[in-house]
Amino acid sequence: MRKTLFESLTRGPLTEPPSAPDEAALAELAQTVNRAARARLGRSLSIRHVDAGSCNGCELEIQAVNNAFHDLERFGLRFVASPRHADVLTVTGPVTRNMREALLRVYNATPDPKWVVAIGDCAANGGIFAGSYAVAGGVNDIVPVDLHIRGCPPSPIDLLKGLVALIEHVT
Amino acid sequence: MATLIETLPHQRKADHHRPWPRLIVGAEGWRLATGYLATGHLTLLGLWGDGPIVHMAVLDQRDVAVLSYECKKGTFPSVSTAHPPAGRMERAVRDLNGLNAVGAPDTRPWLDLGFWETGRPLGKGCAATKPAPYKFLPAEGEGLHQVAVGPVHASIIEPGHFRLTCNGEHVVRLEQRFGWTHKGVESLMAGSSLNKAAQLAGRVSGDSTVAYAWAFAQAVEAARQMQVPPRAIYLRALMAELERLANHFGDIGAVCNDASFAIMHAHCGILRERTLRAAHACFSHRLMMDRIVPGGVSNDLAPEGLAQIRALLEDAKLKFPRLVELYDNTASLQDRTVTSGIVRAELARQYGAGGYVGRASGRGFDARRAFAYAPYDTLIFEVPVLNAGDVDARVWIRIREVEQSMALIEQIMARLPNGAIRTPLAGNGQVREGVGFAEAFRGDVMVWLRLAGDGRVERCHLRDASWFQWPLLEAAIEDNIVADFPLCNKSFNCSYSGHDL
Ligand code: SF4
Repeated sequence: MRKTLFESLTRGPLTEPPSAPDEAALAELAQTVNRAARARLGRSLSIRHVDAGSCNGCELEIQAVNNAFHDLERFGLRFVASPRHADVLTVTGPVTRNMREALLRVYNATPDPKWVVAIGDCAANGGIFAGSYAVAGGVNDIVPVDLHIRGCPPSPIDLLKGLVALIEHVT
Repeated sequence: MATLIETLPHQRKADHHRPWPRLIVGAEGWRLATGYLATGHLTLLGLWGDGPIVHMAVLDQRDVAVLSYECKKGTFPSVSTAHPPAGRMERAVRDLNGLNAVGAPDTRPWLDLGFWETGRPLGKGCAATKPAPYKFLPAEGEGLHQVAVGPVHASIIEPGHFRLTCNGEHVVRLEQRFGWTHKGVESLMAGSSLNKAAQLAGRVSGDSTVAYAWAFAQAVEAARQMQVPPRAIYLRALMAELERLANHFGDIGAVCNDASFAIMHAHCGILRERTLRAAHACFSHRLMMDRIVPGGVSNDLAPEGLAQIRALLEDAKLKFPRLVELYDNTASLQDRTVTSGIVRAELARQYGAGGYVGRASGRGFDARRAFAYAPYDTLIFEVPVLNAGDVDARVWIRIREVEQSMALIEQIMARLPNGAIRTPLAGNGQVREGVGFAEAFRGDVMVWLRLAGDGRVERCHLRDASWFQWPLLEAAIEDNIVADFPLCNKSFNCSYSGHDL
């Protein structure tokens, strides 16, 4: 253990240079984020994640933005355990009919101002699951979405770019 | 020697069902099979509806059979009365197909939570059911309290509901309630093209996308009696072992993280990330989605990919043993994992639990070994088995499997044949049925399907290993403290989406 710890101290970090904010994401945000006055959040946002019915592929890549290579927290973004503490909701999956109400409740439990980021192709419009008797639609069909990060699943770099664009825009 | 399956009374064998037989049975054969399941002579592999027919797949040592029972009045003799592992499946068959298991001890809905557009979506269809209050099983006693968790969970994981009844710190009963991520995959598949169905199969459980795509492809190839080029077979195995490595690295770290040992999580996360990057370099997708297709693989290995895999293995060979040592020698960590969440061997056997859940509790089943599908019939690997059945044993199985997967990848790279990577689809024009299995990191995935003459999928059923693992978590957590629930749950790491479909 000591050896591992010592090495961690002496070796440079694995963390890669920060991603530039995604241009398309900035453009989308410029249009959507006008309803809330830019809050003085001190360049820090708390994120609450909701899986509204994903295949869990998107979750794997969201987890990966927390690893040593991507280190999301250096941008002032961190995942929290309760919607009450959150500024941002990340939502994945086609919203299943079974999860619709749960998503609405989480949304309503999140204090204003808040932003919703729909992650993955399914979250955009139901993706490959669109049209099923069990699927209510994309996230925007249930709660207002401020930013879409597309991909199946989006890579951690795509996620970073989108989230960094968000923090640039709102803080 | 005749297998048990061959002795089951049946009316006839289905004409075009491969590679194992499908027997059309009456009440007698169905009941006899149920009895064999209850006595442990057969293992249940799945139970699903198909129009007015209910099928169950059973395992006899290494032989498989699908038994089909026609529900004349929309009913069939319950299997779960004698064999509890069928319980949730019978409830799902009722929700999806409207077929009722007569005599079933539990008739509450399972996947239908009362929000769908239509009821019985895979059967005749009916008006949507009204959400009735769900009756959780009672637990009575002085001083008991309940902790309800989910469906939305506190970390970045899938939705599900857990009802913990506790006496002080100790869990008296855990009851799960699932169905939240039900997307209606099987109904989307019905009537869809093979391409679309293959994509759907690869999105049943994203963490096992390779295994699902492989099982699906095997079912199609069995049904159509297609040969897959040798290079494609090896590339499939390369993807499958990379997927296993990535998931096991992730899980080992995540279990330790749930015991508040963050350094293991950080270092395992690095190995996982390197694995995904190597996968991306080889197949231009980190999770390798849609790379396995019926008939072969869609992408050939990028030439620069092999160097990345070699670098990954070199790095992991250096770092992983040190992490294993760290895991083994940290008393505070061992204090949490050893003797927590024990699954008794008897239960693992009864439920036919696959993957590390089964193998940590003495059930040495691995689809790669049991069915020896190519190329595993010629590769050398061990299937590690332990008997302790606790969180620690489930971590150790993963550790040993990481070592096995690394050795397998080396063999695959050394033997990788040249040549074509895909054969064109053949044999259209006839209705054909097939079954396929693939060993995902968490256990065996089974895909059963019937292809229509025009090449479309008529009916496809996909069964995740989680179906037979989730119920064991309910048993494993009893008498553990509430604080150990996340740890036990992570050591199972069952799929919600794979189960809910
Ligand atoms: S976008 Fe892709 S990875 Fe994400 S939930 Fe949908 S199918 Fe899964």
